[in-house]
Amino acid sequence: MSLMTNTKKDNPGAAYTLGPLQAGPPCCVPEPLIQVDNLSLHYGAKPALAKVSLDIYKGCITALIGPSGCGKTSFLSVLNRLTDMIPDCRVSGHVYFDNKDLRHPTLDVQALRRDIGMIFQKPVPFPLSIRRNIELPLREHGMNKAADLNARVQQVLQDVGLWEEVKDRLEAPAQALSGGQQQRLCIARALALRPQVLLMDEPCSALDPIASGVVEDLIQRLRGQYTVVIVTHNLAQARRIANYAGFFWVKERAGCLIEFGQSKQIFEAPVHELTAAYVQGKRG
Amino acid sequence: MSKNTLATGLVCLAAVLVTSVFVWLLTDLVMHGLPRLSGPFFVEASQNAGRSGGIAPIIVSTALILLVAIVTSAPLGLATAVLLSEFTRPGSLFGRLVRRSLDVLAGVPSIVFGLFGNAFFCLYLGLGFSILSGGLTLACMVLPLLIRTAEQGLQAAPNDYRLAAAALGMSRSAALTHLLLPAAMPALVAALLLAIGRAGAETAALVFTSGYVDRMPDSLLDSGRALSVHIYDLSMNVAGGDANASASALVLIGLLLIINTIAMSLAKQWRIVTL
Repeated sequence: MSLMTNTKKDNPGAAYTLGPLQAGPPCCVPEPLIQVDNLSLHYGAKPALAKVSLDIYKGCITALIGPSGCGKTSFLSVLNRLTDMIPDCRVSGHVYFDNKDLRHPTLDVQALRRDIGMIFQKPVPFPLSIRRNIELPLREHGMNKAADLNARVQQVLQDVGLWEEVKDRLEAPAQALSGGQQQRLCIARALALRPQVLLMDEPCSALDPIASGVVEDLIQRLRGQYTVVIVTHNLAQARRIANYAGFFWVKERAGCLIEFGQSKQIFEAPVHELTAAYVQGKRG
Repeated sequence: MSKNTLATGLVCLAAVLVTSVFVWLLTDLVMHGLPRLSGPFFVEASQNAGRSGGIAPIIVSTALILLVAIVTSAPLGLATAVLLSEFTRPGSLFGRLVRRSLDVLAGVPSIVFGLFGNAFFCLYLGLGFSILSGGLTLACMVLPLLIRTAEQGLQAAPNDYRLAAAALGMSRSAALTHLLLPAAMPALVAALLLAIGRAGAETAALVFTSGYVDRMPDSLLDSGRALSVHIYDLSMNVAGGDANASASALVLIGLLLIINTIAMSLAKQWRIVTL
């Protein structure tokens, strides 16, 4: 509680108040949390990703950039096994999360998805009240006490800066919120499960510039406490928020990872000429 | 005269023709049946093979037959719809087989269902000519309609809900009960309504299963005469029964209209609440 009052005191005039979410230390010692090795993915006979290998570092923001249709979203879906839900989708290669085989057939997928949350391009609030949107997955995972639920709802809504805006209408339908508020609610709903990783698939692209800015600030605040992998077409945004960046491009009709490295290096001194052309806006 | 005016005229003519058939039918029924409709008509037993008296036992039998049909077919239909829509991979052999069977069943003439019901429920299971046999036969008959409509309703529920729920680590059954079924509720209500309408208007399937007896039924194992069978019998087999047949037909149409209106308004309300 003391943290919350502090934050409020610090930003008395802010349009939205961010809760006790504290940015952790910048990731100076990279420690891989997710290791992807030689990952390929096919939809039926059609290849979507070919031999992607990269490490996602703990507590950092990793941005995936590249033109549409180069497999960035498919890559994200592999990381929380959402690919299981797509018929005819074949995955090969190795993915380790916290040194455990993420693709193991006996892995508890529901537990994995609690650890690795996902935010979609279009906000998907459930047709329920604001409160029920956050409570429903919590109840599913066995949290039943009203006091615990209320505390968690308030905490995550404060984390995403939505509490002041909705605290008087928690029972109102979530679909009546604005687009930006809906997206922050979806982030709050994912944070409520206390995940380690958040996968974000162009979380700002359906939002207006102001709402997009608010969500971007929020993502910045997640750094340190959460590991974020974000797909974005907004290069300026990727440059502003990412610690690491990966550049995808379509080669021989399959998405490939062309270059991966620290964001500063990718944007300022890219090694590969395709990357250079793309980040300078000459191609793509 | 331009082509457009001609086309508009033809379309309007078609609409007027279709409407006038219904208006003619209704006027005929009202003219012959309305004088017979009175308070006692609804509470008295039928007399003299239905030529005089009321239709109280007929209404009770009809309600019981419909109740049996809905109570047995609704859970079975909903479960099958959920299985087809949520737990069967698209294009799988099992799903294709079940759907094809349902489409064939939906095209089977109701008299064939009547014969099947007579052979299976009345004779093989020994239920005899009874309300239970009739209701179960109707249940078989409306299942395809119920399942396919409910399945379409479930498939129309946004796929985003399924993905978002899965991404939050929710089980499929949780997504189903908390998100998909409520989202599909208007379609499910509509499916049930269509099934009740189809069952309520059925004659051929009941002639061989629930029978003709127009006494007040004592139990579900009694034979009972449904409204549609009553109308059929009065107009085909009983000389001088036309007036009561028209009155009964008016009651049947009225009942179907009421069920329709209630269900439609329910579906409408639900939609407003969910959006």
